[in-house]
Amino acid sequence: MTGAARQGGAIMLDGAVLGRLLPMHLCLDAEGRVRQAGPTLERIAGTELAGRPFAEVVSLRRPAAATDIAGLLALAGRPLKLTLAVAPALPLKGLVAGLPDGGALIDISMGISLIEAVSRFDLTLGDFSPSDLAVELLYLHEAKSVVSAELSRLAERLNGARVSAEKEAATDTLTGLANRRRLDATLARLLGQGRAFALMQIDLDYFKLVNDTHGHDVGDAVLREVAHLLRAQCRTQDLVARVGGDEFVMILVDIVEPFRIARIAERLIRQIEEPIPVGMRECRISASIGVSVFSRQDSPDPKRLMREADCALYQSKGAGRARVTVFTRPEGAADNTDAA
Amino acid sequence: MHGLLNRAIQRFLCDTHGGECWTHVARVAGVDPGGFEAMLTYEDELTEAVLEAAVARLDLPREMILEDLGTYLVSHPDLEALRRLLRFGGETFVDFLFSLDDLPERARLAVPDLELPELELAEDTEGGVAIRCRGGWPGVEYVLQGMLRALADDYGALAVLDVIERGPGQATVSISLLDTAFHKGRSFSLVADR
Repeated sequence: MTGAARQGGAIMLDGAVLGRLLPMHLCLDAEGRVRQAGPTLERIAGTELAGRPFAEVVSLRRPAAATDIAGLLALAGRPLKLTLAVAPALPLKGLVAGLPDGGALIDISMGISLIEAVSRFDLTLGDFSPSDLAVELLYLHEAKSVVSAELSRLAERLNGARVSAEKEAATDTLTGLANRRRLDATLARLLGQGRAFALMQIDLDYFKLVNDTHGHDVGDAVLREVAHLLRAQCRTQDLVARVGGDEFVMILVDIVEPFRIARIAERLIRQIEEPIPVGMRECRISASIGVSVFSRQDSPDPKRLMREADCALYQSKGAGRARVTVFTRPEGAADNTDAA
Repeated sequence: MHGLLNRAIQRFLCDTHGGECWTHVARVAGVDPGGFEAMLTYEDELTEAVLEAAVARLDLPREMILEDLGTYLVSHPDLEALRRLLRFGGETFVDFLFSLDDLPERARLAVPDLELPELELAEDTEGGVAIRCRGGWPGVEYVLQGMLRALADDYGALAVLDVIERGPGQATVSISLLDTAFHKGRSFSLVADR
């Protein structure tokens, strides 16, 4: 056997063999000076270490600091945390064993600092003992990064698909406005939050005439234009939905004063009454609007709110169309409704 | 078959033979228009249909397409991650060859449901190596041949490779090493550039 010989009960190894077995060891004499150091450790230190006191090369942190050989030997056999003088921020692991001549052998391992250490000191496969699992750990780390990048790409794609499917399911395809489903969800959310809002039912007047006279294509173009007008009146927190052929619903968040609601609704009617050019034609329609209001102290009942808005709309239609009615509850003033 | 392998075939066809070629192959084989997902598993028949469609479209022998696929996997810059994982096998090409027995286990460490063919290494008297490849899909030995050829080049070794025996469910790839340090090869550091 080259490099190793048996003498009594002890095994003697020559330095090169020891270096290959434990590339990050320090062999100390009885004075605590480095007799020899493993090649990887010297590579990291960037200099020859032989002859230097061990405390200039490594600092012991746990379980206790040690600066002389007696202190060091007292820690023999216990798991050590230590750092190298060249890299005081890089925590390493170690083990000390006493030698027959009064010296000590310290074996050092990268522990969890492996990846940083390898990158910082540009270590290669040859810097590790083939029996060390460090390289497998690096391999696993890299493989894991590749796989998790692939998994997050998959999750992103699936999430994108989910978001667009949900959006499609909640959108009116003709106008791009929200549909009944999204309206219901938004109502439920606002009622759940106890947020005040106005619910505006908008019913187009004379739209059937446009459809009957000019055909569905023109009718569709008119609906798209109305959708455009309504959307332009919305803030980001508001919602416009198309809930029937020529029926729309607007939710105006935090607006509850009847005079403000009436002003907004009247402006909408004026804009809808502007002639809408479709190809060579000009179409003229109008709108009737009924509004119900939800305030914080009301019971959160979406059906009642829709019923109240319907009722107000019915009054607007009955009063000659192109009008706004804001529903008021009986417990307030004498009238059920307040025609604006 | 695992999505990683299917996706590799898809990327190879796209990058080497053009997006149009892939679109055609995907349509003929009945692959989802979005292509393969690397982290899902697909029926083996679908992979077979893709390969058949590629053979018909490219008018090349299946063996040649598969060998090119192997070369592509190791040498294309977009697949650097795979080259790196392979290079963890050893510091020299010979060390790497000796690590091949572990390859399926290594792959499973990274992706537990990834099934690769079993590889068994035998040295012959002239310093050559024979790799017996068992299991896996028909023609996988040609992918292996392409990968090993590209890896020899990656390590800077000069080697002659051949598929010498083919039987049902198994095949042997022979490697004659002419020069282990023919040129410098590509560098490999243990930690990827960040």
